[in-house]
Amino acid sequence: MSAALNEAIKLAMRKDDHVILMGEDVAGGANVDHLQDDEAWGGVLGVTKGIVQEFGRERVLDTPISEAGYIGAAMAAASTGLRPIAELMFNDFIGTCLDQVLNQGAKFRYMFGGKAEVPITIRTTHGAGFRAAAQHSQSLYALFTSIPGLKVIVPSTPYDAKGLLLAAIEDQDPVIFFEDKTLYNMTGDVPEEYYTLPIGKADIKREGADVTIVAVGKQVHTALQAAEQLSLRGIEAEVLDPRSLSPLDEEAVLTSVEKTNRLVIVDEANPRCSIAADIASLAADKGFDSLDAPVKKVTAPHTPVPFSPPLEDLYLPTPEKVVNTVLEMLGEISTHTV
Amino acid sequence: MEEALTKEKAVWMYQKMLEIRYFEDRVHQLFAKGILPGFVHLYAGEEAVAAGVCAHLNDEDTITSTHRGHGHCIAKGCDLKGMMAEIYGKSAGLCKGKGGSMHIADFDKGMLGANGIVGGGFPLACGAALTAKYKKTKNVSVCFFGDGANNQGTFHEGINLAAIWKLPVIFVAENNGYGEATPFSYASSCESIADRAAAYGIPGIRVDGKDAAAVFQAAGRAIERAKNGEGPTLIECMTYRNYGHFEGDAQRYKTNDEKAVHQEEKDAIAVFKSELLAKGLMSEEEQLRIEKEVEEAVEEAVAFSEKSAYPEETELLTDVYVSY
Repeated sequence: MSAALNEAIKLAMRKDDHVILMGEDVAGGANVDHLQDDEAWGGVLGVTKGIVQEFGRERVLDTPISEAGYIGAAMAAASTGLRPIAELMFNDFIGTCLDQVLNQGAKFRYMFGGKAEVPITIRTTHGAGFRAAAQHSQSLYALFTSIPGLKVIVPSTPYDAKGLLLAAIEDQDPVIFFEDKTLYNMTGDVPEEYYTLPIGKADIKREGADVTIVAVGKQVHTALQAAEQLSLRGIEAEVLDPRSLSPLDEEAVLTSVEKTNRLVIVDEANPRCSIAADIASLAADKGFDSLDAPVKKVTAPHTPVPFSPPLEDLYLPTPEKVVNTVLEMLGEISTHTV
Repeated sequence: MEEALTKEKAVWMYQKMLEIRYFEDRVHQLFAKGILPGFVHLYAGEEAVAAGVCAHLNDEDTITSTHRGHGHCIAKGCDLKGMMAEIYGKSAGLCKGKGGSMHIADFDKGMLGANGIVGGGFPLACGAALTAKYKKTKNVSVCFFGDGANNQGTFHEGINLAAIWKLPVIFVAENNGYGEATPFSYASSCESIADRAAAYGIPGIRVDGKDAAAVFQAAGRAIERAKNGEGPTLIECMTYRNYGHFEGDAQRYKTNDEKAVHQEEKDAIAVFKSELLAKGLMSEEEQLRIEKEVEEAVEEAVAFSEKSAYPEETELLTDVYVSY
């Protein structure tokens, strides 16, 4: 997935010279004499490797570790005519610069009566399973989904990541683009050319008629593994990937639930006020007549992400947890065996 | 280097200062009568700062402002009718009534918005300056802020960023002595905001913010420096707000002595007027004409706003990409 994102950024920068890239060590090695046309890192996880060599340091700006400063600067650069891609290294760092997103960039268009646009893409990483502990592992997309004015994208495959990142960069509104750092090494078929995917359109990753599993980001793969196991028992799960949480493709969720009459949501964020809770409420509100069973959520517990590997593994949803939830829902096992 | 204060510029500044004063005095009255919704923070007393700085700017130069932003808007050329209607929450307002007093913006005039968050503007001014630098437009960005904002993290992050990237930003502190009801001397560990510039290796200067000509000269030097690619300057303007932090503030923290000094003998408009008349930069005839015109313009803005309609209900859901 890392290569697909890198390719998307390069294509966008070739297409439009208003696109600039900024963030902490997106090139690395600024002011180091022997790295003038080269880089030290190309991003802390290497996603932006090789970009400064092609576009130079005027368009690839290493920033100080000063998120409120440069995320805010990117907001106003966007509203005055550039199209910045700003990297927030870990979504957990939003605490240092939330005002610039929450009260500035997200509000400009509405608050100024439609006279300002903020075509910025904030790329950020999320996700547990990296042994990165409580301050580098969260999945905070629901926080941004609750803020009007922002678009929120969480891709699960390299193909989706490239097409949606290019769509985000083209978009006239601020987009928060979540990359699960544990998926960077994932491979998949990705066309070399420039293409976009529509923001706000869900994708059915597996068809099935017995239960709908809506899963976010990396959990799409957990859901797909669970679906394979369920299939062996003759249960066909439909796995639906919303791909963007804001806007949310409500229609796709409701149509699938209408077909399967059952809904499980798999989300590795904490359970309260989450996207899982939000989709459950959608089903209760607009899909109640389709449901044959209560909606179930498979999420992280309401705890910070633990460091110790066995605990972190326990924290995350697993295919087994999803399978058991579905079996219980279908009355094939009792609660006690879960 | 020193840009002379021409007759044309001087008269323009006097007119803008007067527009600000009359506008704010009128808002004060309207608010007291319960006609204006929400809350307002008035700029009266600080006119010399906005006028002295903005006298150098064109519509492509940008400014970021504060919760006390009416003065910056007026000095940057925002339409008085559109501003007043915005404060009324009417559809003819500059932001269709959806922003209000604390969020007046006019991007066509380079006014990037008043701001309800103290310290919100530092990074934004850097971003606008980054655009100017990247596009090589030779435009500058001015960040107006109050003394209350100089202890926010964004002050330090913004100035550092502008300094390392040599962005064409002028940071203009309006030190009116109080952050809300708390004196500057209590809240800030430094003698002057200008001293903090040293930490970022940029010039920091303190000027009499009640002296429009002094502000004009200091801003001119900083802007020239910015346009030459030499980076930002921090200018601390010592000033005073004639009204409270917000309307309805009993202002018990102020002393009678300081009020007398600032609002009478050191009143920025009275001082500037005498200076211009004495130097022959403005005739008495011009002065009277300007006073009459400004008074009429403010009254027109009020009448216009009174007549303007509130936004249509459908406006609730426009200018944002989705509504569930």
